[in-house]
Amino acid sequence: MHELSLAQSMVEDIVAAARREGADRIVRIRLVVGALSGVDADAFEFAFPVAAEGTPAAGADLRIREVPLAVHCRDCGATTSPDPLLCRCETCGSAAVDVTAGRELKVEALEIHVPVG
Amino acid sequence: MCKDCGCESANARATGHGHPHPHPHPHDHAHPHPHDHAHAHDHPHDHDHAHDHDHPHGHAAEDGLRRIEMERSLLARNDEIAARNRAWLTSRGIVALNLISSPGAGKTRLLERTLDLLRGRLACAVVTGDLQTDNDARRLADRGAPVRQIETRSSCHLNAGHLRDVLPEVAPPGTRLLFIENVGNLVCPAAFDLGEHFKVALLSVTEGEDKPLKYPTLFSAAQIAILTKTDLIPALDWNLAECRKALQAVHPGMFVFELSAKTGAGMDGWIDYLVRLAG
Repeated sequence: MHELSLAQSMVEDIVAAARREGADRIVRIRLVVGALSGVDADAFEFAFPVAAEGTPAAGADLRIREVPLAVHCRDCGATTSPDPLLCRCETCGSAAVDVTAGRELKVEALEIHVPVG
Repeated sequence: MCKDCGCESANARATGHGHPHPHPHPHDHAHPHPHDHAHAHDHPHDHDHAHDHDHPHGHAAEDGLRRIEMERSLLARNDEIAARNRAWLTSRGIVALNLISSPGAGKTRLLERTLDLLRGRLACAVVTGDLQTDNDARRLADRGAPVRQIETRSSCHLNAGHLRDVLPEVAPPGTRLLFIENVGNLVCPAAFDLGEHFKVALLSVTEGEDKPLKYPTLFSAAQIAILTKTDLIPALDWNLAECRKALQAVHPGMFVFELSAKTGAGMDGWIDYLVRLAG
C-alpha cells in the first residue's frame, strides 16, 4: 500500500540526480527490490507512472530486478534461499540465520538523456 | 543484524514475491531513444528482470544517453530524517515508542490507560496519526501529557518527516517517554522508521491468532508485542497458546504483554516495563 509514496520519493531522488548531470530526461531506471523489502514489484510498477507524471522521469522504462532471500546458517554454515515466511535454514532447519540478500530496495543506476551541444 | 535493535536478523522478513513478471511492461516510448539497435546482442529480451544489463552503451556519445550509478535506497530520505529524530530524542533522554496495529486493536484505549497510570510518575508525550479527525487527540487530552494529532490525509502511515515537524513542541524539556500512535494499518507503518527506539505491535484478541504469520513484516520488526482486550477471551473461541506460538515462530524471543486496558488486567507489567525503559 505504501508503494506510491516510495515511488514519489524515488522520483524526487532520481530527478535531482539526473538534473545534477545536466539531463533533461530519464530514460531508464534500474531498481532492485529484495524479497524482504516489503515492496510488491507489481504495485510499484502500477504506482510509478502516477508518481512520474509531469517530471523528467515520465515515460521512463522502469526495470525491476527482484532479489530472492538468501540466508547464511550459523549452525550448519549452509547458504540457502528459503521461503521468506519461514526464514529458516533449508538444510538443517535452524532459525539462527543471517540474511545475506533480500533486504534491498534501491535504485542502482539510471540511464539519462543529456542534450548535446 | 536488525538495524533497530541488533536482534536476530532472522526476525526480519516480509512476504515473498518471486514470480517472474511475464507481463509486457508497456511504456509509451514518447522519448526518442534508439531502443532497438541496442538489443542486437545476445540476451533475449524476455523481461525476466534477471539479466544485469552491463552491456556498453556505445551509442551514448551520439545521442546523449548516459548511465549513472545511484545505489540509493528508496527509504534513504526517510531514514536520514528518522536518524536525526532519534538523535534528537536520545540526546534529551526521551525514549520513543512507535505503536502499530490494525485499526481498532486498541491503541488509543491502551494509551488512555497508560497515561492515567503514569500521570505524576513519568513525563509523557503523545503523537497520534490518523487519516482524518483529531478524535484520538481529544480522547488523549487532559491526561497530563502533551498530545499532537497528525492528520496524514491520504497517507496510510506516518513517516519520519511527520514526526520531525511536531517534535520540538510536543516533547518539552523533561519529557521521558514519547508514544507515537501510528495510523491503523498492519502493513505500511512497519516499513517507515520514524526515529523511534522501539516498535510496539498491538494485536487484539478479536483478530486471528495467526495474524503474526500473515503479517510477519511488522511482527518481526517490532521488539514488543501486546495482546489487547484479553478480557474478551472467555467470549471468543480464541486460542492464546496458538497466538503465542505464532508470535514466537515469526519473532523468536519476542517480548509479549497480555493485557486488558478496560479491566486493567496485565497493565502493571506494562507500566513497570515503561518505567524501567525510561529509567
